Amino acid sequence: MIKFLLMVNKQGQTRLSRYYEQVELGKRASLEADVVRGCLARRKEECSFVEFKDYKLVYRQYAALFIVVGITENENELSIYELVHNFVEVLDKYFSRVSELDIMFSLDKVHIILDEMILNGHIVETNKTRILAPLLALDKMAES
Amino acid sequence: MPAVSKGDGMRGLAVFISDIRNCKSKEAEIKRINKELANIRSKFKGDKALDGYSKKKYVCKLLFIFLLGHDIDFGHMEAVNLLSSNKYTEKQIGYLFISVLVNSNSELIRLINNAIKNDLSSRNPTFMCLALHCIANVGSREMAEAFAGEIPRILVAGDTMDSVKQSAALCLLRLYKTSPDLVLMGEWTSRVVHLLNDQHMGVVTAAISLITCLSQKNPDEFKTCVSLAVSRLSRIVSSASTDLQDYTYYFVPAPWLSCKLLRLLQCYPPPEDGAVKGRLVECLETILNKAQEPPKSKKVQHSNAKNAILFEAISLIIHYDSEPNLLVRACNQLGQFLQHRETNLRYLALESMCTLASSEFSHEAVKTHIETVINALKTERDVSVRQRAADLLYAMCDRSNAKQIVAEMLSYLETADYSIREEMVLKVAILAEKYAVDYSWYVDTILNLIRIAGDYVSEEVWYRVIQIVINRDDVQGYAAKTVFEALQAPACHENMVKVGGYILGEFGNLIAGDPRSSPLVQFNLLHSKFHLCSVPTRALLLSAYIKFINLFPETKSTIQEVLRSDSQIRNSDVELQQRAVEYLKLSSIASTDVLATVLEEMPPFPERESSILAKLKKKKGPGAVSVNELEEGKREGGELNGGGERGDNSAIAASNASTPSPSADLLGLRTGPPVTAAAPSAGSLLVDVFSEAGVNDDGFLRDLEPPTESSDSLLAEGPGDSDSAPPSVVSEDPATPLPESNELLNKFVCKNNGVLFENQLLQIGIKSEYRQNLGRMYLFYGNKTSVQFITFTTTVTCPGELQSQLNVQAKPVEPLIEGGAQVQQVINIECLTDFSDAPLLNIKFRYGGALQNLTLKLPVTINKFFQPTEMASHDFFQRWKQLSLPQQEAQKIFKANHAMDTEVLKAKLLGLGMALLENVDPNPENFVCAGVIQTKAQQVGSLLRLEPNAQAQMYRLTVRSSKDTVSKRLCELLAEQF
Repeated sequence: MIKFLLMVNKQGQTRLSRYYEQVELGKRASLEADVVRGCLARRKEECSFVEFKDYKLVYRQYAALFIVVGITENENELSIYELVHNFVEVLDKYFSRVSELDIMFSLDKVHIILDEMILNGHIVETNKTRILAPLLALDKMAES
Repeated sequence: MPAVSKGDGMRGLAVFISDIRNCKSKEAEIKRINKELANIRSKFKGDKALDGYSKKKYVCKLLFIFLLGHDIDFGHMEAVNLLSSNKYTEKQIGYLFISVLVNSNSELIRLINNAIKNDLSSRNPTFMCLALHCIANVGSREMAEAFAGEIPRILVAGDTMDSVKQSAALCLLRLYKTSPDLVLMGEWTSRVVHLLNDQHMGVVTAAISLITCLSQKNPDEFKTCVSLAVSRLSRIVSSASTDLQDYTYYFVPAPWLSCKLLRLLQCYPPPEDGAVKGRLVECLETILNKAQEPPKSKKVQHSNAKNAILFEAISLIIHYDSEPNLLVRACNQLGQFLQHRETNLRYLALESMCTLASSEFSHEAVKTHIETVINALKTERDVSVRQRAADLLYAMCDRSNAKQIVAEMLSYLETADYSIREEMVLKVAILAEKYAVDYSWYVDTILNLIRIAGDYVSEEVWYRVIQIVINRDDVQGYAAKTVFEALQAPACHENMVKVGGYILGEFGNLIAGDPRSSPLVQFNLLHSKFHLCSVPTRALLLSAYIKFINLFPETKSTIQEVLRSDSQIRNSDVELQQRAVEYLKLSSIASTDVLATVLEEMPPFPERESSILAKLKKKKGPGAVSVNELEEGKREGGELNGGGERGDNSAIAASNASTPSPSADLLGLRTGPPVTAAAPSAGSLLVDVFSEAGVNDDGFLRDLEPPTESSDSLLAEGPGDSDSAPPSVVSEDPATPLPESNELLNKFVCKNNGVLFENQLLQIGIKSEYRQNLGRMYLFYGNKTSVQFITFTTTVTCPGELQSQLNVQAKPVEPLIEGGAQVQQVINIECLTDFSDAPLLNIKFRYGGALQNLTLKLPVTINKFFQPTEMASHDFFQRWKQLSLPQQEAQKIFKANHAMDTEVLKAKLLGLGMALLENVDPNPENFVCAGVIQTKAQQVGSLLRLEPNAQAQMYRLTVRSSKDTVSKRLCELLAEQF
């Protein structure tokens, strides 16, 4: 099961956080800081899976942005690793060359995309067209 | 794709985010946020009704602020209002806010539920999805109550849109997890399983998560999912990469779905149906084959997706553990990955191989990779990969390669990362013990361990080596020689000194024949380390010294001189001072016979689960040590512990498997509660030395004047009683003593000093002396915490008729006990006439605000006022006959609770306070005693006869006194003692 997904930049600023298990607000900040510290300290050639407290982190870096997913033991690391990439590709498709700014300014849309892909800590959809369908419908409504 | 304008027209939002980005400092950011919060708050509170757009904008801002880590305590109501908007964009942001910010115990749930209900019945699939997402994310009990009946219907209805089905599946999963009692199985359950056949891959993906969870809880009801999952998997695996169109990822057909199917199958044993099983094996073979085929793309995404499936398939193969062919193929595949240039693959291969190593079919195949794994341990640049390599070495270790693996792990320890050293040390220690054929290798390994990583060698590890050396006499001489040599090093770790001190103290005589390690040389060597060591180690060394006096009488004067020196006998540390004084006294007044008995070699330790294994399990949590490992332990058990009759410990080891840490200490020391400052573990070593040797500490120490008042730890009860320290029980009613207080009272019938009571907070030590009909008792209240006790008060009362029988006066006690401190209270007792009850001691104090209140029985018993009376045989029988009235005699026949050891019995009878009469009873097995109880009103003469029956393990106890109540009471008290 997926516990949380974070998008954090190299300065340690959280750009997106989605928790699939209740974590108190006060603990989130320190958790996020720990997670980022753990990932930033690692070199390129080190592996993308880190044991962290009682779960595992799977992380992937895109330019200055880290996407970190916290998973339980019974989740397949490589499939999560590629899920992250699939997510980024969806963002890229929607924003055409997604950047950190897109994520900040369109936080609600990023959330919509993510909610289509992961619900309640489980993968629900991996097909890019179907992931984007509700969002595109939304945009169409806004235009009219 | 439409060109997206930044901020989507919400200019205010864009400006705000830009402002935040431009903030130079955290303070500036907080200032800007507070300004914005104030702004939004005033807008929400303002008279002017906000339109949907503005509401949406502000809620968006709040969401952003929340993300920055600020608590949002308003705006919830506005978000709830957005839910009922007809505009999709507004509704959507409302739901987003709710599912990110609202937790399951919010008061707004009822309002939210209303909105959800409307959307679910709207038949608008987009709205339905939003509502279902919200339930899936919040998942509160009230939501379950409201919707648990409806969602299964939506999920299996024929006309439900695919996207709604997906949301409904995950929504139901959430409700099932949070409120399983509300999600009732019904006719929908069989139809859920058939969602695996749904033509839409997205629906299958979502449904598997639900089915997996349901299968884990009700495997039988969902058994049909196995064949459906196999056929689905088979269709995916054999499809061409173009068949599945949008579900193909970099030429890999439906990788996530495949992984989930393989994971679902791991909830079940191998399929029984031959056809299904054949199909599945075919799938697994295809997956393994594909790994060998040339890649369809050079992109890393392609190989990752392919390997994700491969690893999941290998997990399933390991889970089945029944197809030798597949297991060996899996092992070979992982072997290839061990040398792959991708670190991720090396890591996963090591991890996966670790589980493969425990299968009997593939254990040998895993072992062929030993060199690669050792190489990984040495050269990997990533600590988490090295950790995996160390785990794998541990898992693949068996008798054939133990020496090599242990040697490699030891040499790795020299440079190992600090974070994993302790675990490595434990693993080396366990392997060394488990696969030790010759115990000299074991001793060498552990001593090396201490040399290389002394700081990480926990107590359990060095306790264990001592335990094994003591239990195995074939290794004792070697151990003595080896520690002696190890101690020659100019700088050696304190743990080495501890092991050295203990082993030389026990077995130094085995190497004393060699003039290079003569007794004095041994002593000087140990003593040269003394001053560099901490207090517990010094205490242990002092015990070793007294043992030396027994082993080597020629060292007596040298050691006595050391003990007598000011730095020992006046040491500021109470424990050291006390040991020095007592050992000095012991060595000068006790005869060689007594010395030899008291300081006898330690008896073999009872075998139990290796405490190190217990520690490793505790570290990793239950379940971390595989069943296989425990069974391994069972197999090895017999050899490890030498004798056949000791082999049964492995059964205990296995039965302890589920409890993470059974009594972990090796020396039979109490595992004190974490805060036991008053009784350091080293302190109780002495107790062991004394009581294990079979001498009642009371009978022995009675002659010694305790030099300090904080002697509690030293006088602590022997190992037999050690478990009786009650947990922190606070009785509600001050008048009722703790349930165990009778037991506590019984402990003190034959002794006057010791620990009366102990819980997490408080330790009460007791020392008492009696003359004629008077007694004085010192109570020592020790605060075991680091926090002070305030308003500490004690009251002693004599309930009922005891008031007229006993006069008890307690001196006032300090109302405040600092953390770690001890206060003393003196109680004077006068016995007016004979009595049966015990006075009650009530203690009240505040600890961290909570009132603690407990009541104990003070161990004042009638026998304390005995005056021993020596008499000859015929006098005894004459008096015995004089006390012939039926009510004057009390008799009890009872089963022995302790070993029927003559010396122990004697010591206890002496402790009772009567004179033990030799050569009186014609049967030498029997004991007779005589004494007079001194009360103010009268003197009560009492005679006692105890007849042990060793065959039946029974005693007959007869007491005759001039007063019937005394006979009765004495008989009651004594019957609990033997």
